[in-house]
Amino acid sequence: MLEDYFRQYGLIAIFVVVAFIVPTSMLVLSFMLYRLGIRPQKPTAVKQDIYECGMRTIGGRWTQFNFRYYMYALLFVIFDVAVIFIYPWAVRMGKLGLFALIEMAAFITILGFGWIYAWRKRDLEWS
Amino acid sequence: MTPFLQENVVFREVYCFLGGNEGNASWCGGDGLLPGGFEWAAYFAAGFVIMFILVNAALLGAAVFVWSERRLLARFQARRGPNRWGPWGIFQPIADLLKLIIKEDIVPNAADRLAFTLVPIIMLMALLLSLAVMPFARNTYLVNLNVGILYIIAVSSMSTIAIFMAGWSSANKYAMFGAMRGVAMLISYEIPLVLSLVGVVLIVGSMSLVSVVEAQTVPFLLVQPLGALVFMLGISAELNRTPFDILEAESEIIAGYHTEYSGIKFALIQAAEMAGVLAASGFLATIFMGGWSGPFWSGQLGAFWFLVKLAGFVMLFIWIRATFPRLRIDQIMAFAWKFLLPLALINFLVTAVQVYFFGFYQGDVPGELTRNELWIMAAINIPVALIAIGIFGRFSREKVRVPEPVFQNIAPSPRTMEVD
Repeated sequence: MLEDYFRQYGLIAIFVVVAFIVPTSMLVLSFMLYRLGIRPQKPTAVKQDIYECGMRTIGGRWTQFNFRYYMYALLFVIFDVAVIFIYPWAVRMGKLGLFALIEMAAFITILGFGWIYAWRKRDLEWS
Repeated sequence: MTPFLQENVVFREVYCFLGGNEGNASWCGGDGLLPGGFEWAAYFAAGFVIMFILVNAALLGAAVFVWSERRLLARFQARRGPNRWGPWGIFQPIADLLKLIIKEDIVPNAADRLAFTLVPIIMLMALLLSLAVMPFARNTYLVNLNVGILYIIAVSSMSTIAIFMAGWSSANKYAMFGAMRGVAMLISYEIPLVLSLVGVVLIVGSMSLVSVVEAQTVPFLLVQPLGALVFMLGISAELNRTPFDILEAESEIIAGYHTEYSGIKFALIQAAEMAGVLAASGFLATIFMGGWSGPFWSGQLGAFWFLVKLAGFVMLFIWIRATFPRLRIDQIMAFAWKFLLPLALINFLVTAVQVYFFGFYQGDVPGELTRNELWIMAAINIPVALIAIGIFGRFSREKVRVPEPVFQNIAPSPRTMEVD
């Protein structure tokens, strides 16, 4: 039984390798077409420049960003960790009964207060 | 618990044909082709047969999807669409692929070459891996993991990393803008997407997709209308399709995160996106519409019913793309955090109370839900969904303020007057 279980994950491991090889082989195929002379490869300085709008590129890649991106990242970390802990609870909820239900209601209430606080502080708005 | 590999029809047939009754596999009922001691070869071969089917189904499906999407979008816009190559232009994707393969593969000098090359590989890999747990017909899948739903979520969010890698390694301002927007949007929609499936896991009591299909005596679209809506909207944001395509908004930031990609790398990124729509429709069909189970002959015609449902959801995705305009980033963020997240929370709390009530308070067997109880849940959940959508739609609605017109001195400057 347990061996069967691990053999499934063995199939997943093989599939990871296969899923890596499939796109890689297409890149290799394209490279082989270049070696056979079917595909052009004539790099020039202008062609290999970064595309901006057709004119010569001004400045580097590091431009200014809206700093509000970090707020969403913080909220994401808080909620995502919570959500992942909900899943094992959801699987066993059918066996655990009322105690698990009240526990999760309390947990979600605390999380919900945090969510309302973020809303009241206007952190959910892009400004 | 039953042995997973023994139940898997395709795996068992190939394994028994090659390996036979060797090792622990006493369920074959005969000897196979290979001599003793080559049981591992039969294991590999059986796995490769299913993987071959999966990879080809994903890539050919993407080609057919590209064609059908272009044809249908053309019809929506009163055009004809591709109609030159083959009957109704059905060979158009093949021509496109040939063109892209023999095109020059341009990599900018400033780019981080390793990360730049890894992006299409990771995107296609994330997509193909997510197909591993999908049941296509009765007992037909690669693996039946008991953490199937969690596996899908984990594997498919790898594409977020690929998108950020694309933006960063391209060394292009627009690619970086697209990647930053995209990551902000994708992580925001990840949370309602994950929460919306908790209701299904509560009802089924397992995360395996095979059990999810078998538990659907009533389609979960009716039992979990809020969950289905949130999942549908969340996954169409994860697919970067039109109402949510701010990360490759053509009219604002050239092509977003794949601005610098050309040739075969561009083809692979597009293939991953297009096959992603098929995978998403497949998961919608499996989780919310009963997968391979149909009105009759669901054992024999399982794959047919699955394809019918998948095609229905694909049609819906194309329809959504043709109908809605692109949203601004503040609208998209407000939609995720103020509308979808509370709906997902409400759905999962209401479902938890119902599962407790019908499973314990009333049930004869603890934690088991009968067909009638599922119908009662559907009758409760559909009005709950409508009320919740009404309330939170009102909350999250953007308050439109018409700005006061500002009159400025718009007289022509003296210099232009001199020229005139």
